[in-house]
Amino acid sequence: MTEQTNHHPSPPPASFRPSDLKRKLRIGEGAIETLLFILGFLTIFVTVSIVIVLGDQALLFFNDPQVSFREFFMTTQWQPAIGQFGIWALVSATLTTSLIAMAVSLPLGLSAAIYLSQYASPRARSVLKPILEILAGIPTVVYGFFALLFVTPLLRDLLGADKLGVYNMLSAGIVMGIMILPLISSMSEDALSAVPNSLREAAYAMGATPFEASIQVILPAALSGIGAAIIVGISRAVGETMIVAVASGATSKFTFNPLEAAETMTAHIARISGGDLSYNTIDYNSLFAIALMLFLVTLVLNLISQWIVSKFREQYE
Amino acid sequence: MTQPETMQYAIETNDLSIFYGKFEAVRDVNLKIEKQKITAIIGPSGCGKSTLLRAFNRMNDFVPTSRVEGEILMHGTNLYSKQIDPVEVRRRIGMVFQKPNPFPKSIYENIAWGARINGFKGDMDELVEQSLRGAALWDEVKDKLKQSAYALSGGQQQRLCIARTIAIQPEIILMDEPASALDPISTLRIEELMQELKKNYTILIVTHNMQQAARVSDYTAMMMLYEETRSGTVIEYDETKTIFTRPKDKRTEDYVTGRFG
Amino acid sequence: MTKFTYPQEQDLQRFVNARYRTAWIWQIVFLSALLLAILSLSALSLDVVDGAFGYVAYEFKKDPLTISQTPIDDLQKEELLTILQTSLSKGAYGKLDKEKPMETRTAEDLYSLVLERIIQVKTLETFPLYDSLFRKAEIEAYVQETYPDARLEFRSWLTPRFLTSPMSSRAEFAGVRTALFGSMWLVTIAIAFALPVGVGAAIYLQEYARKNFINTIIQMNINNLAGVPSIVYGMLGLAIFVRAMEAFTSGAMFGITDTNGRTIMSAGLTMGILVLPLVIINAQEAIKAVPDSIRQAAYGVGATKWQTVWSHVLPNALPGILTGSILAMSRAVGETAPLIIVGASTFISIDPNGPFSKFTALPIQIYQWTARPQGEFHAIAAAAIIVLLSLLLTLNATAILLRNRFQQRF
Repeated sequence: MTEQTNHHPSPPPASFRPSDLKRKLRIGEGAIETLLFILGFLTIFVTVSIVIVLGDQALLFFNDPQVSFREFFMTTQWQPAIGQFGIWALVSATLTTSLIAMAVSLPLGLSAAIYLSQYASPRARSVLKPILEILAGIPTVVYGFFALLFVTPLLRDLLGADKLGVYNMLSAGIVMGIMILPLISSMSEDALSAVPNSLREAAYAMGATPFEASIQVILPAALSGIGAAIIVGISRAVGETMIVAVASGATSKFTFNPLEAAETMTAHIARISGGDLSYNTIDYNSLFAIALMLFLVTLVLNLISQWIVSKFREQYE
Repeated sequence: MTQPETMQYAIETNDLSIFYGKFEAVRDVNLKIEKQKITAIIGPSGCGKSTLLRAFNRMNDFVPTSRVEGEILMHGTNLYSKQIDPVEVRRRIGMVFQKPNPFPKSIYENIAWGARINGFKGDMDELVEQSLRGAALWDEVKDKLKQSAYALSGGQQQRLCIARTIAIQPEIILMDEPASALDPISTLRIEELMQELKKNYTILIVTHNMQQAARVSDYTAMMMLYEETRSGTVIEYDETKTIFTRPKDKRTEDYVTGRFG
Repeated sequence: MTKFTYPQEQDLQRFVNARYRTAWIWQIVFLSALLLAILSLSALSLDVVDGAFGYVAYEFKKDPLTISQTPIDDLQKEELLTILQTSLSKGAYGKLDKEKPMETRTAEDLYSLVLERIIQVKTLETFPLYDSLFRKAEIEAYVQETYPDARLEFRSWLTPRFLTSPMSSRAEFAGVRTALFGSMWLVTIAIAFALPVGVGAAIYLQEYARKNFINTIIQMNINNLAGVPSIVYGMLGLAIFVRAMEAFTSGAMFGITDTNGRTIMSAGLTMGILVLPLVIINAQEAIKAVPDSIRQAAYGVGATKWQTVWSHVLPNALPGILTGSILAMSRAVGETAPLIIVGASTFISIDPNGPFSKFTALPIQIYQWTARPQGEFHAIAAAAIIVLLSLLLTLNATAILLRNRFQQRF
């Protein structure tokens, strides 16, 4: 081997002048970095546009003599035709459907997460997880079809057609819960797997069964991460449009009774803007006020959830 | 020695200290590295050997909080002065890393890429061949230059990394524990190769393997941690023979004889 | 003094067994949550299949057999044309010819005209697949009684004709051709916007951004944008693309005058902004997965940052970036709410002829048809869902294949 290198010496070092080390003007490099920064900054611009666009039109709405801030936040009738703008009529339906959705998705999603992270063999996981992923990938309009044409008839058979109308919040809420289940499950699973194994081993060393270790040690340790999952789930439920637009009815009504039909904030926006709506009317502007509220609520929820997740990560790093 | 004093050495440091944020990882290092010799940096783990080595070609720049005080002089130019381009520095001072890290491209491309971005003009095939010969790899790969570098063994990959480095004709080659991830036979080949390379290049090698330092290097710098600040510094720098047979510092003696670390 | 005791011997055995029993029961509970999820998925799929096939009770004004010996499904274009010429009144034929010369129409078009104008098929009631298979006798008796003149026929609502026919106000003739074209245009524009912007932003954040205030805000903002309800993006698109940028999105800038801002371009850009955070986050993950040793190797031979990114980081992150883009595409295909807001047309039977056309999209059709009270519209909604889900399945399968094919071995 040494012989070979003797016969063919490696290239000698090039001649060198200290000035070669001088910083070169690399215009391309700087231009590219600037361009990439602009692309990254564009995302901030998107958020700012949302706030400005929604805020601007919402302001027009609140400046209308027919509307007052007090009426908007304190009354429960939403009938633009006769000048009544009480957001609670829509919020009540949003709250009801979201609560039902969480009541379905939280226990199911959490149970699924515990099973997947604590019990399932790698083989079982490789079968079960894709199923949840498929569930997460189904477009919401398909869930709407499912709610209206499968779950509602089923519920009407069970509860009686006289009690439950064709449009109701119960069916929409349940299907929304199924839609959110994969989200809750995957975020909770991440939280559970992030708990260091040493904690589990400590529990075993004290004579705990695998179940006791999972439920009494791992689960509490992952609680804040699961909390973040719940909050993201709520945010998703509040912002979900198609399921409620299809299945929960097209009349705004202040009610918390899941058996009744009522229109959520999102469904209302979809229905009104789907029709022939002329620009710059009070109806048109009112949609932006609703959307702004929706944006702010989901923004706060997402921020809280992100904050919890980052705290949670710090704890175990 | 007719050369002016600053040209006598390949590279030298003056009161070099390296910081990560507030933490001073390396403190007050003064080294004068001889041309076309192999200089080993040894010392217990965590004493800043790699940090020091990476300071020479400004690889520490990629650690966001890193900062350097003092100077590193190459041909009388401070590599950390404002007008210096780190990209140019790295082209003059090549580096071989601890784990072989060929690009996920063909063997040929692994060598050609560096040459191309540095504006190489000439016969690329010739350069690839010469570089591979220089790294004692040519005979093993000459029939599969278009194959992925990932198909090579670890030792071959590391020699490919050396070939890649000499292809851009640096003056100094930094080696950060180049054989620590290799088997004994591959290690031996790398060591033999280093002896060849020093005919043309100045080599700086970090190693935690005392025998290796004794076998391959002409000079050795011994690093140690200051107890109170946890910063590393060079406590003794001399010819390898001296370091391993008649060290002046008691700590060096303890370390090289295996009583420490 | 207190005595500390633990169960011993047999007591211990019993105690431990009881604990294992509790564990066992809970394990079943946890598993059943997953089974319930699987059950929902099966119910959903079966419900869709159930709706898309089954018996149909229908009647017609004129028996097809009186018009032609061969079944009209098998007729050629010329034969269909002759039937229309002979059976329609001169005035009616002339009017149709004026709308679009009959000779230039497709065979599909003529077929629909024959059914609509001459035979005049009318669907009376549809029956789901399950009933059609297992309660055939009951259906026959029921139809006999309710619609004495009706015919009963087993029908698949999902046919090749369903894919190639344009929209129609009659469920029997409606197809998803227009909607499919609309969806494709939409996704193309969305990804053409989101991919370069998203990958650029991801490169900036992973490779260039120092940890400072502005970059932290950018990253946080992207995570938040991913959680903004899609309907809010719709409102943004309505205000910005449909209205503020109407001159561009309507194509008026380019001399197109027959549309307003409610075009494919507006919807596509809205969708592009909607999937942008998804593209960025996926691209960031892909770039993060490229090992640092490769970057160091490139810097070690004197590469600049962009040379390193362009020659090593991007090529190695590409499979991941593409996988992420395909996932973003499937999100854009299925998203409905923003399209309603930016104003997809609910009834349009002409293929879109460019980014400045009015349009409809697959999910919009599903929404419209589901919302109709008549059973035959639910049936074509189900058929359209099968088309949509097949499309998504194809996209996702491609993503998985891509991921496996180019899996990196670092």
